[in-house]
Amino acid sequence: MLKQTTYLTKNYGKPDGFKLAAYEQSGGYKSAKKALGMPREAVVEEVKKAHIRGRGGAGFDCGTKWSFMPKEVKKPHYLVVNADEGEPGTFKDRTIMEQNPHALIEGAIIGCYGIGAHACYIYVRDELHLSKDRLWAAIAEAKAKGYLGKTPFGRPYEIEIYVHTGAGAYICGEETALLESLGGKRGEPRLKPPFPAQFGAFGFPSTVNNVETIASVPTVFELGGDAFSRLSDLHHFNDGGVRLFGVSGHVNKPGIFECAVGLTLRELIYDLGGGVQGDREILGVIPGGSSCPVHLPDEVVNIEHDERFAPYNGKSILDLPLGVDTFRGAGSMLGTCCAIVMSDAADPVLALHNVMRFYRHESCGQCTPCREGCGWIERILDKVVAGTASIEELDLVSEIASNITGNTICAFGDGAAQPALAFIRKYRKHFEDYILNGGKQQRTLVI
Amino acid sequence: MAFALSEEREREFKQILSRYPNKMAACIPVLHLCQEANDNWVSEDVIAFVAERLELSTAHVKGVVTFYTLFNQERPGKHQVWVCRTLSCALRGSDSILSHCEKKLGVHADETTKDGRVTLRTAECLASCGTAPMMQVDRTYYENLTADEVDRILDRLLYES
Repeated sequence: MLKQTTYLTKNYGKPDGFKLAAYEQSGGYKSAKKALGMPREAVVEEVKKAHIRGRGGAGFDCGTKWSFMPKEVKKPHYLVVNADEGEPGTFKDRTIMEQNPHALIEGAIIGCYGIGAHACYIYVRDELHLSKDRLWAAIAEAKAKGYLGKTPFGRPYEIEIYVHTGAGAYICGEETALLESLGGKRGEPRLKPPFPAQFGAFGFPSTVNNVETIASVPTVFELGGDAFSRLSDLHHFNDGGVRLFGVSGHVNKPGIFECAVGLTLRELIYDLGGGVQGDREILGVIPGGSSCPVHLPDEVVNIEHDERFAPYNGKSILDLPLGVDTFRGAGSMLGTCCAIVMSDAADPVLALHNVMRFYRHESCGQCTPCREGCGWIERILDKVVAGTASIEELDLVSEIASNITGNTICAFGDGAAQPALAFIRKYRKHFEDYILNGGKQQRTLVI
Repeated sequence: MAFALSEEREREFKQILSRYPNKMAACIPVLHLCQEANDNWVSEDVIAFVAERLELSTAHVKGVVTFYTLFNQERPGKHQVWVCRTLSCALRGSDSILSHCEKKLGVHADETTKDGRVTLRTAECLASCGTAPMMQVDRTYYENLTADEVDRILDRLLYES
């Protein structure tokens, strides 16, 4: 159901809306003040009640992740915010950093306290220069007001927040690669275990959270964890609160919209996104960034083994509420919750070709199935698009992709394999047409 | 001539170091600082400087430089123009924006104009999907591009004094 809210976005677009004065006028920093007066465990409990599913793409419960940190602080703890937004189709975290940076700063203050950390690094991709500038300015404003430093809010609990810059690598959005990069190395993912809570930033216990996840925390303390969770239609799926939904591609009004969790793709595309350009039909929708499987508009939900899905069975996937578990249950993935819409003017072969070039470019190169596989898939798709591939080579793409899944150090491999498998399975005829006819009939991505 | 930082940049260097518990962690921010001071590229001298100051091997520093897209191992033009080419931008016409740039500048992607003013590059998703097509010029994003807007931007880069 469509329920637009303004907890995160209230001051978006207003002149000076990103500054401290505007943030405090709407009640900002009251939550941090309250949280710093609570016992550390109570802070974590409150966030657990809120059921904030990680907003970076993996959907792991925030409060649960915070509870993994050692209870006794024997070594320095660190909060690390993942602001390396780079998943194709995703542009929501940037809006928070540019237009409501104080929500992230206040959330980070509470987060540091909750996990026993005295320092937070916000790892921002280098290209987002305005985001970095706004964050540094917000940190300076908060510090001047006494909300950061040796005694934030007069409490003897030192908290410092730093902005750290990336250098152009999508893989640094993977938490262990990010930690390696933060440590001054190549952004090469590590095996887990050990998990960041045991061995994180600089080898110390750390928690890595997405920008939006942390920026949601002040609202949790404003409303109370349970009240926050119940804003969502999917509270019974432990998927609570409100979040930013994105839509791009062939829609009339691409953009970011804040709604209660439980919005559907149909509402996102037609009610918020202004419908498909040129009133065209949908060729396919990718629900949350290119690493998610693509969906045909007439796909029907059919999940038998789970009572909670009963109201959605038999319905179109466009009417399934967008949630971490609803989409996982339907064999899909919510990812970053920023949908990419392709109208029937677009060619799915060119779309996959575009996306696989991205994965080949961004592979860190550690694991042979991913490093070699992505390159191989891209080269075969080059041939498909040129009209010189064979049917055997098309099947080879699926075989290579299947061999990447589960055989890599990190989930990037799965992210690369997923689109290759989904596009070829669901648009098989289009691919075969290219091979048999050199794709003469449809060779465009634009309307 | 060996690479060195100005007094002001040395102060920035110390500031950067103070944020991290060890010197290695300062590697990427320091490389950015040095690249900015070195006509926007990382030469062998810069690598040697960073290695010495952060007590790292040159192999480590070079490993970092070669991993990340934004460290230039060759001197680029005065300005860098990055046209995003990933799916959401491609759906909204980034291919024709790129060809338009190539025609106007007289270079292909990854090449620099003869007068050394502009290097044209393609970028992967720049988190601007709702305002596509777009490009990044140095530190600034230009979004919702039209061919006319591209002309205005490139003219400024090519003909500014």
